[in-house]
Amino acid sequence: MPLELAEIGVPPEGDEKEYLWTLNFGPQHPATHTTLRLILTLDGETVVKAVPDIGFLHSGFEKLGEHLDYNQYVTIVDRMNYISPIHNEIAWHHAVEKLLGIEITPRCKYLRTICAELSRIQDHLLNVGAAAIDLGAFTAFLYAFNPREKIYDIFERCSGQRFHPSFTRVGGLINDVDDIWINMVRDFVKTFPKAHADITRLLSRNRIFIDRTKGIGVLSKEDAINLSCTGPIARASGVVRDLRKDEPYLAYPDFDFQVVCATAGDCYARYLVRMEEMLQSLRIIEQAIENLPPGPVNVDVESKVVLPDQTAVYRSIEGLIQHFELIMSNRKWATPRDEIYAAVESPNGELGYYIVADGSGVPYRARTRPPSFIHFAIFPYLIVGHMLSDVVAVLGSLNIIAAELDR
Amino acid sequence: MTHDEILTKLRERFGTDSFTTSEFRDNRRVIVPAERVYAFLEFLKAECGFDQLSELTAVDYLYYPDAKDRYGVIYCLLNTTTGVRLIVKTYVNDPDPALPSVFPLWKGADWLEREVYDMYGIVFQGHPDLRRILLPEEFTSFPLRKDYPLRGRGERHNFPVLTRAES
Repeated sequence: MPLELAEIGVPPEGDEKEYLWTLNFGPQHPATHTTLRLILTLDGETVVKAVPDIGFLHSGFEKLGEHLDYNQYVTIVDRMNYISPIHNEIAWHHAVEKLLGIEITPRCKYLRTICAELSRIQDHLLNVGAAAIDLGAFTAFLYAFNPREKIYDIFERCSGQRFHPSFTRVGGLINDVDDIWINMVRDFVKTFPKAHADITRLLSRNRIFIDRTKGIGVLSKEDAINLSCTGPIARASGVVRDLRKDEPYLAYPDFDFQVVCATAGDCYARYLVRMEEMLQSLRIIEQAIENLPPGPVNVDVESKVVLPDQTAVYRSIEGLIQHFELIMSNRKWATPRDEIYAAVESPNGELGYYIVADGSGVPYRARTRPPSFIHFAIFPYLIVGHMLSDVVAVLGSLNIIAAELDR
Repeated sequence: MTHDEILTKLRERFGTDSFTTSEFRDNRRVIVPAERVYAFLEFLKAECGFDQLSELTAVDYLYYPDAKDRYGVIYCLLNTTTGVRLIVKTYVNDPDPALPSVFPLWKGADWLEREVYDMYGIVFQGHPDLRRILLPEEFTSFPLRKDYPLRGRGERHNFPVLTRAES
């Protein structure tokens, strides 16, 4: 990567600040977890300046989105934040359904809510585990991966795919869930508090972990707002804002849960917010799975937005016609010629989609508001003045997913 | 402060015909001319409490039906206290699409503007560090423009490869 050092403000050799030295961190480094690069200017062991260099995983997702239809693109959004893939799908189809003006069925709302909260637990578990492993606490990472494995099994049961489920469709889901799935979720709700307590006992009062995270990477409330932070990072700095409460979507108004906030704004506060959010998510799942409404998961076929089921396609002319209308590349959905911004509260923060529709079944522009991208931009502000070893603590607490960062 | 109050304030400050509005579902939009966009955003931040820039993006309207201008730049503003959102939209055109940077208002605009520059070539004047962010520095085109083909213009095939012997 021919990035000249002088270009990013690193003084040339022989300058009077020659006691400063430059350290290249990444793009391949175990503690970056994903592919990103940092150019650190150090004074002894203190970081004076950090310049992130990203784009190593850029795959043109947004360009691809302009060539795939509203159902096909779900397989691409999956691959953005692969730590909680199903949340990307829910966010994407939330925006599409808002564009098309579709009101999804109550059962679909509940199922999507359960999946969204499971993926929030999944994301926070990995983040907490990985933040701990970077600071040398290996055991917590293994304790966090055990329940994550169960969540993968749950997604595999409902969609047939563990890692990239592609579970949602315009106006509903790929298929309904069965009783075994419901029992798997119930079982998870029962067993997860023990795993959560194990991690809490390992980390929350761990002297080494607290010393490494408390007071490190402090983000003030004003900065959090000004730097466009959302999600657990903003909430750890005292911004009381959660889209699940402030702009309710899916079935969230039906459930009793709390928005978790802290005021310290350091790495430890971000860890505590994530830990407590997992318990709140579990409360939502518990309420949702016990009150799961009956009925169809897809909106009425008459609305011409969902694919009819297989029997209807094979045995009735209406079903066949509609299947044809939605699949053929010159037909598909009749979209309004307008633009929409719709966002959901993803585990990382506000995950929004800005869709420009031109009347055809393929988006004219499908922009993602990636929380990882916006949160990585604050990294140079957080790290200045800290030690070199704090770089991994701050990176771990920000939960940067490079696939979403670069898209 | 509701949307109607904000629009009234904007009309008082900038005149009734200085901008147009549009609405779709719950999205409320204010469409302003490019030369006044900074003044509008500054006013919205200072007087209407829009303390967060939640999203900044652009759209290339080259093949869009009935479009008059080439690029649309979209600022999604958010008031974190009241939760009110407002979308400010402006249009810029070739040959030199340029806008004033909003970095002095919201520091969060830093990377968002760099990404728009990287993908569309819209220059944000006054940005402290306007370099390409996702694509390599030596990349010459702007890939999210509509006249850029999906498969690229052979950049991938002609990418300089460093062999072990040369390194």
